[in-house]
Order: sequence, then C-alpha cells, then structure tokens
Amino acid sequence: MTATRTPRATPAAPAPSVKDTPGANHGLLRRLRPATVPVAVLLVLALLPYSALDIPVLLDGPVNSPGSLQLFALCLVFGALALGYDLMFGRTGLLSFGHALYIAGGSYGTQLAMTELGLGLLPAALLTVVLGALAALVLGAVSLRTLALGSVGFAMVTLAFAQAGSIYVERNPGGLTGGEEGLPLYVDGVPDALVGVQNTANVYWLALAYLVLVAGVVWTVTARPAGRVWQAIRDNEQRVAVLGRSPFAHKLGAFVLASSLAVLGGVVHLLVTAGATPHTSTPEFTLTLLVMVVLGGSGTRWGPVVGGVLFTYLDQRLGGWDLGVEPMLILGSLFVLAVYLAPGGITALGRRRSA
Amino acid sequence: MDTLVLLTLTGLGLGALYFLIASGLALIFGLMDVLNFAHGAFLTVSVYAAWRTAETVGGMPGLLLAAVVGTLTGLLLAAVVELVLVRRLYGRVKEQILVTVGLSLAVPALVQTVWGADARPFPVPDALSGTVGVLGARVPVNRFLLVAVALLVLAGIHLFLSRTRYGLIVRAGVEDRAMVTALGIDVTRAFTLVFALGGALAGLAGVLGGLYFGSLSPHQGTSLLVFAFVVVIIGGLVSITSVALSALTVGLVQQYANYYAGGYGDLAVVVLLAAVVLSRPAAGTGSPLTRLRRALTAPRTRSAGGTA
Repeated sequence: MTATRTPRATPAAPAPSVKDTPGANHGLLRRLRPATVPVAVLLVLALLPYSALDIPVLLDGPVNSPGSLQLFALCLVFGALALGYDLMFGRTGLLSFGHALYIAGGSYGTQLAMTELGLGLLPAALLTVVLGALAALVLGAVSLRTLALGSVGFAMVTLAFAQAGSIYVERNPGGLTGGEEGLPLYVDGVPDALVGVQNTANVYWLALAYLVLVAGVVWTVTARPAGRVWQAIRDNEQRVAVLGRSPFAHKLGAFVLASSLAVLGGVVHLLVTAGATPHTSTPEFTLTLLVMVVLGGSGTRWGPVVGGVLFTYLDQRLGGWDLGVEPMLILGSLFVLAVYLAPGGITALGRRRSA
Repeated sequence: MDTLVLLTLTGLGLGALYFLIASGLALIFGLMDVLNFAHGAFLTVSVYAAWRTAETVGGMPGLLLAAVVGTLTGLLLAAVVELVLVRRLYGRVKEQILVTVGLSLAVPALVQTVWGADARPFPVPDALSGTVGVLGARVPVNRFLLVAVALLVLAGIHLFLSRTRYGLIVRAGVEDRAMVTALGIDVTRAFTLVFALGGALAGLAGVLGGLYFGSLSPHQGTSLLVFAFVVVIIGGLVSITSVALSALTVGLVQQYANYYAGGYGDLAVVVLLAAVVLSRPAAGTGSPLTRLRRALTAPRTRSAGGTA
C-alpha cells in the first residue's frame, strides 16, 4: 500500500535542489532526477520488514508479521506480472489471453525440475526460463501468424494454447501436476533461507527483487529503439511496415521477452505461495492480469504495478472482510465501471486531478 | 465398430453444442468486431435459470419450459448488455472486449455467490436419459436431440440471413460495415439483434449442455467458450456453414482423440488449430503492400461459397 502513496509525495522534493545547485552538478542531478521516485519507493518497500506498524482494518497483523509480509510479497509479484503483461498489451498493443501458460510453466517447470530431475532451485529455475523462452518463441510465432484475422485472432489462439496447458495441468498426467490440488513446494531443493514462516521476510525481498528486475527491464527496453518500434506498432502497424521495420519480428520479440519474464514470475510465485496451483494456468488468471493493467493504467510506467498491487490486495482481503459475496464479483463490476469512468486507469485519475 | 459409432455420434453431439455457441460468437465478431467474452456468462446464467425451471416443473414439460426459459434468459441478458454497456463504446473495440471480460469474471462469481461453487446435477427426463442401439452401439438419446436442434438452428440462421431484410443487413454489415452505414441503414439496430440472437443461442446451448453433461457449474460456460473460440478461428468467419463444419470437426477430433490418444482430445483440438493457422496462406509476415497487391490481383476467394 505504501507503494501507491509514496510516488505522489516525493516528486516535488528534488525539483528546487536542481535550481539551487551550481552548474557543475546540474547535468548529473538532472540525469538522476527521474530515478528519485523509483529509488524512494524501493527504499520504503525494502525497509517494510523492519516496521512493526499496526494498521487496524487494512492488515490483520503488524506490517512485519509473516501474514502481512506474505500478502505484500504476493502483491509485489502480481504488480510485476502485470507490468510484464503490459509489455505486450499496453506497449505493443498485443492482446494475449495466454500469459498464464508461461506463469504456470514457470511454477510447475521449476518444481518438476527439482523433483523429477533432482536439480537445485537455481539450475531448475534457469532451465525452466530457457525452455519457457523457447516455447514462447515457437508458440508466439504460430499465434502471431493469425493476425491476418485481425488482432483478435492472436487473442483467440493464445487463449487456446493456454487452455490446453490448463487442461493438461488439471488432468494430472501420470501424477505429475497434482491435478486440482496442485503441488506443494519441494522444500528439499530450495535454500533454507527461503523456506518457512520465519523466513517470510526473505521471500518478500525476493518478490521485491523480481519487481525491480521486471521494472528495470520494461522501463529500459521501452525507452530504447525497440520500445519505440513497439509503440509505433501499437499506434499504426501498417506505417511501421511501410517504414521498413518488421512488425512480426518486433511483436515476437515483445512476446518472448514478456513471456520469459512471466516464466520467472512463475518461479517467484511458486516460492511466495509455497506451491504450484492449477489456478495460475487458467485463462481466468490471464484475464485478471488484464484487469490489473487496465485498472492501473496500461502503457504507463507505474499503472500496471499499482493496478496489480491494489487488485491483489483487494482480492486477498475482500474474502477476509466477510461481505457474503465472491471477491471477483466486486472486482469484476469495479473493472466494468472503471472502463467507463476511468479510461486511463487509476494513475491517470490522480494525474488529472493534480494537474 | 460399435465404439467408432458411439464416438462419432457423441462427437456430433459435442459439435452441435459448439456450433450453437460459436455461431452467435461468429456473427457478433463478424459484424461488430467484438470478441464477446461474456458469451460464456450468458450461457452460465441461462443454464441456471433453466435448471431452476426444470427442477420446479419436472419431467418432459419441465425440460421444454426450461429450454424456453434458458433461451429467453440468454436473449434478454445479451440484449441488455448490448444496449446498456457495449453500445456506449461503439467504435472502441478494445474497450468493448474489456467490458465483456469484466462481465465474464463478475457474472460467474455472482452465480457462485447465489448457488455455490459446486457442480449440480441437471434433471434429465426419463425419455432422454436412455440409450438407443445403433449398429451395435448403445448411444445416449440426447446426442440425437443435440444434433437435431443444431441442424434446425443452422437452417434457421441460414434462412434468416438469406431471406429476411435484417439478415441482408447483417450479411452486408459483416462484409463492409462502413458501406452499409453510408447507404443510410441503421446498423446499430442490427448489432442489438445479432447480440440478442447470439445470447439466445448461447442460452439454448446451455440447456442442451446441461443435458449433454448431466450437470451444471458456475464456470461451465467459460470452459465451453474457449472451444467455441477455436471453432470460430478454424471456421474462419467465411459463412455460417463453415462455422458448422468447423464445429463438427472440432467435436469429432476431440472425441476420437479422447478415446484413441489416451484422453488428450483437448490437446488434439489445439494441435488442429495450430495446423490450420499455419497452413492458411495469408499471414502477418507479408508487408501490407504485398498483401494489398495480392488482394487486388487474386480473385476474392472469401465470398465464393459464403452466405454470411
């Protein structure tokens, strides 16, 4: 929750200091200025496990209690997953309904590489990410071919692939995936520092590290020439093709990058929730990512993160407040309303009011 | 031999179910470019309404009434969604999809809140719960009912599209919406009509799905919807007959693969989809210029056998 509040408080602070400093530091400070908000947010988030603050209704225990830290970790993972998904949806204009396939692939792949191949956590995760990237390359190439049917063809084909994966997981072939029960984390393969209630802070920091990685990759790549081409594809694909760039190659690049980040996210999800759940493989899981991105504000720096954190927090907490309805009913209705009332997402609302 | 007969007839029944869902989807998508994710939600609500009716009345009259109630529920729900939600976002395809996505999440959750998450048995009248001997195979009676209803619906849609004024507008709208509008015809009314028609078919499919599976659950519609999407892609939006053929293929492939390939019918369908997608000549790889040139020089194959 701190993540949503801090950015608004800080941007004003460094502005006067730039004016005051003599010319020598001018360039350096100006170059550093865009980094102040992320660094401040990161600092606050990194220090959360040291805070014993008690927030009555919003949290069940103090901030640094295992329950709260677990909730925060989950929020951060989903913030990062939403940001990775936005690489396709908001930045390139690709509406994929198959992102869950890669997240579940990361969770189940790592778990199975540990149990079936006897690998440690790191080699297992590495192997899964490499295989996941290769799978994304092949499936992405197939899915993007359907774009002749309009961008909706891509959406439907990715959905079908994800559904196949989901069915495969629930069928429980040879007892591999655990069916509807999922798989509990294979603790023997994981370093002790990431296992158990007393180490929730470490898992939380891992989730934070994943968010930092995804934010670093997404923000860097979108500022580079490839990112500009993605944006151009989103706005006018024909023009990109006429200008001599290959929309197919760039879209495939965005797809593979986003999918690889999702596979890695699956690994982190496995560690945070201490298990692989079949829910991560369902198309509905992808739809919730889409909802997070749109709620927060697609194609923006902070929107997907804010949306992911907020959505996950509400999804987890609404059940605990005992309202007598499914959390998804409230969140789904909220989302439908947001499409009409806040077309640019929550972050755009804040900007409009302050401007 | 008897297994093959059973598999074929069951596959036909499943294909009939897919056709009922996919035909509405294909019409909506063809006319309005809306990928209607709420279609599964229409089906879910309809099947619950039908279930309540069938439970209350009971027997064969109960089922007939349930079919009417289910169809009407789908029709009304779809019409309301189109008039209240989708219409305001006219021309903004992505937002329209997002709204239907939101509905597809919220509506099953609502159903789950009211009737619980567990699957419930759908009351099947005695006349439809038995089997019939065909070439030595014992085939459940409801498979024939499904196929018969799907054939009737196919004929009905065909007549509607080819013989009525609104069918003409819908066909023309699918082909070139801007041109129809330019001719002074109010296409938005056709939108509502097609949406409601799709909802009614989804509702009917829900009732028949209840018979086919013998049960109902809040997420039944959503899982069927995915296969309906597959049917729409494989059918390629050429005509309503192509949707029917594609539904038939998907249903049969799924049943055969389920039996002969160790229960992997769903995967076989996705492989089929990938094969169809890859073998289709048009692709995103060519630049728009070459695509345009190809379109200008080659005769249009799309409209050759098409009705929709």
